[in-house]
Amino acid sequence: MNPEKLKWLGGRSGLAGFVCLGLLVVVIMPLTLDIFRLNLVGKYLSYAFVAIGLTLCWGYGGILSLGQGVFFGLGGYCMAMFLKLEASDPISTKIQSTPGIPDFMDWNQITHLPLLWVPFRHFGFAIAAVLILPTLLAFVIGTAMFKRRVGDVYFAIVTQAIAAILSVLIIGQQGLTGGVNGITDLRTLLGWDIRTDSARYILYFINAGLLFICIAFGTFLLSTKLGKLLVAMRDKEERVRFSGYDVSAVKIFVFSIAALFSAIGGAMFTLQVGFMSPSFVGIVPSIEMVIFCAVGGRMSLFGAVYGTLLVNFGKSYFSESFPQVWLFLMGGLFIAVVMFFPDGLAGLFEAHGKPWLKRLPPLLRRWRRTKLATQGSTQGSTQSSDSKS
Amino acid sequence: MAQKDFVLTVEDLTVSFDGFKAVDGLNLYIDQNEVRVVIGPNGAGKTTVLDLISGKTRATSGTIKFKGLELTQMSEHMIVRAGIGRKFQTPSIYENLTTYENLEVSFPRGRSVFGAIAFKCTSEVDERIRQIADEVFLSDMLHQTAELLSHGQKQWLEIGMLLMQDPELMLLDEPVAGMSVSEREKTAELLGRVAKNRSVVVIEHDMEFVKNIAHRVTVLHQGKVLADGSMESVQANPKVIEVYLGH
Repeated sequence: MNPEKLKWLGGRSGLAGFVCLGLLVVVIMPLTLDIFRLNLVGKYLSYAFVAIGLTLCWGYGGILSLGQGVFFGLGGYCMAMFLKLEASDPISTKIQSTPGIPDFMDWNQITHLPLLWVPFRHFGFAIAAVLILPTLLAFVIGTAMFKRRVGDVYFAIVTQAIAAILSVLIIGQQGLTGGVNGITDLRTLLGWDIRTDSARYILYFINAGLLFICIAFGTFLLSTKLGKLLVAMRDKEERVRFSGYDVSAVKIFVFSIAALFSAIGGAMFTLQVGFMSPSFVGIVPSIEMVIFCAVGGRMSLFGAVYGTLLVNFGKSYFSESFPQVWLFLMGGLFIAVVMFFPDGLAGLFEAHGKPWLKRLPPLLRRWRRTKLATQGSTQGSTQSSDSKS
Repeated sequence: MAQKDFVLTVEDLTVSFDGFKAVDGLNLYIDQNEVRVVIGPNGAGKTTVLDLISGKTRATSGTIKFKGLELTQMSEHMIVRAGIGRKFQTPSIYENLTTYENLEVSFPRGRSVFGAIAFKCTSEVDERIRQIADEVFLSDMLHQTAELLSHGQKQWLEIGMLLMQDPELMLLDEPVAGMSVSEREKTAELLGRVAKNRSVVVIEHDMEFVKNIAHRVTVLHQGKVLADGSMESVQANPKVIEVYLGH
C-alpha cells in the first residue's frame, strides 16, 4: 500500500499495531474466553480509553493528570443516569413511596425527580452529556491552570484534588447521586436488556470499535504537526512559546481530548458492568489509570491498551490467588516498571521485540526457499509459479 | 527624535525584582538592518533586557515599541507573531525531534491548535527548511535527532529555527558561547548574511566576535547604559575600560 495514505494511521508499523490488537481483541479473546471473562476484558478495555488519553497528554504532552477518574466517572454517571431513569419506570417502582424515581432517591426521602436529572430522560441528551460535559470540565480546568502557567507537579496535585473533591461530592449528595453505592441495578438501554449474554457480546464489540476509533484519532493527531508540537512542548516549552505558539491552547486541547476519551470509556464501562460508583472517580482509580499507561509505555497508544490489559489481568489474578498481598504486588509491579523499564511494554517491544521480528523475514525466506527447493525437485513445473507469488 | 525610523524603541525601561532594579531607566534605539551588540559585566541586565523585549519578563515601567507597536502588555507568542525572534543563552531546541522537524515546527504557519492539525508540510515548506538548513550549515544533519548534534550545531539549529520565522528583529543571547574558533567565524559570517534584511540584537562576551559583527555597541552596567557607539569609541571609553574591559 501507498505509505503516504498510511501516514495518518502511523505508517506501516501503525497498521501492524492495529492488526495485532484487532486480532487479539476482536478475534482471539471472543473465541477463547467465556462471556464472564470476556465481559471482564470489556471492562478493562473501557479503562484503556483513559490510558490512551494519558498517552497523548502525559506521554507526548508531558501533562501528568492524576485526576482522569473525574472524566471517566462523569462519562459513566451521565450514562448511568439515563439507564437508571429507564429502569425506574412507575410500574417496576410501584412499591416505592414515590414511584417513577430512582430507588435510592426514594430511600433518601426525595419525592420528585431533581431538576439535574430531568434532561437525562432523553437518550440523545445523555450521549451528548457523556461527550460534552467532561470535555467542557477539562477545558475549564485546563484554561484555569494552563493560562496561569500552572504545570508539572502542581498540575498533577490540582487534578488529584479535583478527583478527591468530586468523589466526596458524589458520596455526600446521596439523594442526587446514590452516594457511596453509586447508581446500581441498571437494566435496559432503550428497551434492550443489557444484562443478557448476547447484549454483553454486542457491547464488547461496540466498546472495542470505539477504542479503535479513539486510537486511530490519537494516531492521526500525533501524525500532524500537533504531535510534534506536543513533543516539542515537553522538551522545551519556552522555545515553543517563542516560536509563536500559544502553549496553553495546545495543552488545553490535548487535556480536553484525553478527558473526552476517558468519558467514552466511562460510559462504556457503565453499559458493560451495569453500575457506576464513586470508587471509579477518586484518587486511587485515577492513579491506577496512570499505572496502566506507564506499564504499557507512555509513548505508545497501543502500549497503553496492552498495559491496561496486563495490569488488570494481573490484578484479578493476584486478588483471586493472593487476596492479602495483591496490593503490594501491584505496587511492586509499578516500582519495577518505573525502575527497570521506564518505557514500559512498548519500550521492551522496541528494544527486544522489533529486532527479533526483523530477523523473522530472512528466516521465513530461507525456510520458504528450502521448501521450494524440495518441492522443485519433486515437481519442477510448479516452481516458477510459486516463486512469482 | 523621529520614532518611525527605528525598528525598536525602548524608553525609560525599568524592571525591579523585590526592589532590586535589574534594568533601570534604559533607553535603546535599534535601527533597520542594524546589528547591535550589547556587552557588559555579569549581572548588568543584558539578558533581562532581552526578556523584557520578548515578553518573558514584564516591565515595571517604561515603553518598548516595535514598529510603533507597544510590546509591554503583549504575550510572548503574540510578540513573536509580530516579528521578533528570540534565541536563548543555552541552546534551546527540541532534543527528541530531528533537525528537519525542529525547523518544520518553527515554520510560521498553522500556529493555532486546529491550524497545527491541518498543517501540511508542502513543497514550499520543505524547500524553505532545506534552504535554511543550508544557511546554518546543517544540510547533512536534516534527519539526525537533534540531541545528537554537537553544541555548536545546536546553536546554529536554534538560529535556523529563528530564521524559519523570518523575523524583522532577532534577539540573540550569546550565540557563540561554547563554540570553537572556526565555528565562531562561521557564525559571524552567518550573522552578517542574515542581518542584511533584518535588525539583530546580540548579547556577547567574546570581543573578537563582537568586533566582527557589530555595527554599534551598547555597554550595560548595573541596568543602565554606560556607553553607546562604535566599537572603537566604546573600547576607548575610560568608564568601559574601568568596569568591563579591564586595563
